[in-house]
Amino acid sequence: MLSRTADNLYWIARYMERADTVARLLEVGSRISLLPSAHGYRSEWDSLLQATGMARAFAEKYGDPVQRNIESFLFFDRDNPSSIASCITAARENGRIVRTALTSQVWDALNTAFQELKQLEREERSGLELSRLTDWTMRHAAMLRGSIDATLLRDDGYNFLNIGYYLERGDNTARLMDVKYYVLLPRIDYVGSGLDNYQWTTLLRAMGAQRAFHWAYGGDVTAMKIADFLIRNPQSPRSLATCTAGLMNHLCRLAKAFGRETEAQDKARSLAAGIEAATVEAIFDEGLHEFLSRYIAESAQLANAIHASYLSGEMR
Amino acid sequence: MTQFNEMYQGVDVRQPYARLKDWVGHMPQELRSLKQAEAEALFRRIGITFAVYGEGGDPDRLIPFDMFPRVFSGSEWAKLERGIKQRARALNAFLVDVYGRGEIIRAGRIPARLVYQNEAYEKAVAGFVPPKGVYSHIVGVDIVRTGPDDFYVLEDNCRTPSGVSYMLESREIMMRMFPDLFRENRIEPVDTYSEKLRRTLSSVAPGKCKGEPTVVILTPGHFNSAYYEHSLLADLMGVELVEGQDLFVDGEYVYMRTTEGPQRVDVIYRRIDDAYLDPLCFRPDSMLGIPGLMDVYRSGGVSICSAPGAGVADDKAVYTYVPDMVRFYLGEEPILKNVPTWQCGREDDLKHVLSNLPDLVVKEVHGSGGYGMLVGPKATKEEIDRFRLKLAEDPGNYIAQPTLALSTVPTFVDEGVAPRHVDLRPYCLVGERIELVPGGLTRVALKEGSLVVNSSQGGGVKDTWVLAE
Amino acid sequence: MRLTVDHVTRYRYDAPARSVVQSHRLTPSAFAGQKVLDWEVTVEGGTRGARHRDGAGDVVQGWTVAGPVTEVIVRVRGTVETQDLAGVLRGHRETVAPDCYLRETLPTRIDVALADLAGSATGPDRLSLAHALSAAVSDAIAYRPGVTHAHTTAAEALALGEGVCQDHAHALIVCARHRGIPARYVSGYLFATEDGTPHEAAHAWAELFVPGLDWVGFDPANRCCPDARYIRLGSGFDAQDAAPIRGIARGGAGEDMDVTVAVQQSVQ
Repeated sequence: MLSRTADNLYWIARYMERADTVARLLEVGSRISLLPSAHGYRSEWDSLLQATGMARAFAEKYGDPVQRNIESFLFFDRDNPSSIASCITAARENGRIVRTALTSQVWDALNTAFQELKQLEREERSGLELSRLTDWTMRHAAMLRGSIDATLLRDDGYNFLNIGYYLERGDNTARLMDVKYYVLLPRIDYVGSGLDNYQWTTLLRAMGAQRAFHWAYGGDVTAMKIADFLIRNPQSPRSLATCTAGLMNHLCRLAKAFGRETEAQDKARSLAAGIEAATVEAIFDEGLHEFLSRYIAESAQLANAIHASYLSGEMR
Repeated sequence: MTQFNEMYQGVDVRQPYARLKDWVGHMPQELRSLKQAEAEALFRRIGITFAVYGEGGDPDRLIPFDMFPRVFSGSEWAKLERGIKQRARALNAFLVDVYGRGEIIRAGRIPARLVYQNEAYEKAVAGFVPPKGVYSHIVGVDIVRTGPDDFYVLEDNCRTPSGVSYMLESREIMMRMFPDLFRENRIEPVDTYSEKLRRTLSSVAPGKCKGEPTVVILTPGHFNSAYYEHSLLADLMGVELVEGQDLFVDGEYVYMRTTEGPQRVDVIYRRIDDAYLDPLCFRPDSMLGIPGLMDVYRSGGVSICSAPGAGVADDKAVYTYVPDMVRFYLGEEPILKNVPTWQCGREDDLKHVLSNLPDLVVKEVHGSGGYGMLVGPKATKEEIDRFRLKLAEDPGNYIAQPTLALSTVPTFVDEGVAPRHVDLRPYCLVGERIELVPGGLTRVALKEGSLVVNSSQGGGVKDTWVLAE
Repeated sequence: MRLTVDHVTRYRYDAPARSVVQSHRLTPSAFAGQKVLDWEVTVEGGTRGARHRDGAGDVVQGWTVAGPVTEVIVRVRGTVETQDLAGVLRGHRETVAPDCYLRETLPTRIDVALADLAGSATGPDRLSLAHALSAAVSDAIAYRPGVTHAHTTAAEALALGEGVCQDHAHALIVCARHRGIPARYVSGYLFATEDGTPHEAAHAWAELFVPGLDWVGFDPANRCCPDARYIRLGSGFDAQDAAPIRGIARGGAGEDMDVTVAVQQSVQ
């Protein structure tokens, strides 16, 4: 297929997954802010923005991290390229360009999200509960995902969509964990405290994984268990293990179909191997933050390799 | 002015429309509104947005769709078909000639100035004969009707006539909404168009191409108002829809950038203007084109459809001479008539035009979309005076034609059903063979009495039926 | 006269270009006034592309260079046997109708001063008129390098009253077309004489269409018609259309160009 078409499909997936994550992030933030804390809710919102790399753009436009402004910034603001509105619009525009590579169900899912977004934008902001906005976003992300799985031909395009999904999801899981561990809990003596556990639970809840976690592990919520669940457990749908396995699977399918391997397969293989080899103990020895930062950096390198090998159109 | 109603002659119904009388008679108002809403929802759902070439406008705009079909009998169509094919042959012969020896000019049948100083004449392709001697592979001929047997050609479109997606989608929607109509009437199918187009494009692959040619559609991009049409045609033909950035020249050939590496391209059905094709040959600032494309084209490494330079045949000033082309190249009498046209650049013609402005339609030679146009009988005195000044200033820029009594077809309006003026654009395919799908784009002026069918000015579309004999 | 040419054009890119595509009119075509003895164009690291003879009779050769590339060197070397035909382009194979060259382009747009200049020339027949027009342009625009640039229009050059061969050719083309004479821009080489006449080895002049003789060259920059010192490369509506090298670099920012041309009389 055309490199540009593959690129558009890949970005549809990345943008929708990102919108989904931003919605989850908003949920984490609003729940954590309900908890009385020593340093007040403001700095917690600020921490969230820091972790996602959007703090500077926010401060320039809005100043203090007031919840109302953060909601605007993360949901509606078109100046913020990672806002839910921006992501959905970009996903739909990418979809419009490659209409012929999509089924009508997939297009419907994208287009409906976009049309409803325009409705939401016209509504009175004070009448919009945050939970309604986040639920709405996650519902549409799931609808798109579902229509892709149910109706799309399992061809190259399907592989590029999935590569986009897994790459973005792995990166986002790492970032969400990093928010919790590194930013939300600035003092080491909080580790293991009631506040710590509450924050972990909130994170699980935002990932829609609270019940799954309890089924899988039972007992108390601990940082070790959660790290195992979100990094190493192949049963967890958002774990890094699941994401890297997904990347490997779809990249290998491409290599087989095209009859050649590229640096993308090499990079994905080493990323997956790194996750598989890491024990929870080793992760905490290295430092969770360091481990996650390394994952995020390697995942970005993989994205570059995928771009150079398939999406740029420059290969010979 | 008496207007020919294609359905009713007094109380009598003309034969092709016979079965539609009951259909419309038995459709209650509520059902009609329901169906109309359904049709619009379908158009919006499939995302068909549309603008006839050069009209611009909102890319997400829907063109109004009128459910009342326009019908031709098999024998009416047979004559139209002969006339359109004849015209398409003559136009292509003209193009090959004026980029070659220019016999028609040497013979004094058409002024050299109109051709060689025409902006659409591309010196860059002089001396080149495209594969199968075809310059214009899709000829869109705009036709109006004034009587049972009177058809006039308003203009020819030899470059990249748009609107064919409306022919295809209107039919799809009508068949979904009114299957009974298609059971009762024997209506020739139009959905063979994409297959015929693909065959036409493949048939003009360059000589250097061995095996099954790779065909692509070149679009200016998803912001273009006709993008839907480009993607529909690509989808129906099963070919890639590319932008300039997806193609590149390497050595003697053109390639597209794919996930598996470069893939050679043999035929480019381009939906961008000549000026943007190749920044090395035409506009150096073009971001849409493919550098080096014209060198590959001229040396027979790739085919471009329509061929660069085809536009010189559909200029409004050249239009006047199409009947002469038919006689000169084919030795036949033209089957379809031209609308009598006065060239305001000629002194005698200008004199006639100036003294008859209230009865004439005056158009810009290079204009399109119904803008920059004077419809004498509908114009105010001020508008006529304004045009008088324009004509005095730059007469060569205008042509004038008599106001034709365009035929009408019953059309759904708020009050029920009423006659509205229509025109017709069939799409003639020219490759190894010359083919015409029985149907076309019927545009209808929805405003009462209006003669302007352009979608930007209150025009809509209808499904166009040709009955099987 | 037997002339040898050594012409090197060097393009440098600050940021490496991903690819470079060029279209060359760098090969002299044969006619009664010139015969090509040997001729070679090379592009370092380039792939020779499609080649054709266009409607104006010029040989057009495409080239592509795969990136990343920071420098492209185009080298032209060859020998041509020339004859003085007093500017007449005899025996040149071409199909473009002369009337094509009545069309205006951006650098050859008419203005009042150019129209006046064109109107000032007189002659009993078209050939004399052509000579008079060429002389009028020579008088109106003094040869002076450095005051005009590649995109200077004929009108601007006339207003300045100074310019180089490109400006002279453009001005003559506008004046001729205004008088109904088809006219075109010609690019080529000029052999350097030692009599002190100003010249440029990479040269340009104009051709005017005179019925009976067909195309005739006029060089207002040197107040003469092309003779045995001239090698003709190609023609077009204006300088851009007749450019010997047209090229585009993808992603190559900050292009810098450097040209050296040597035309010499070769010993037989």
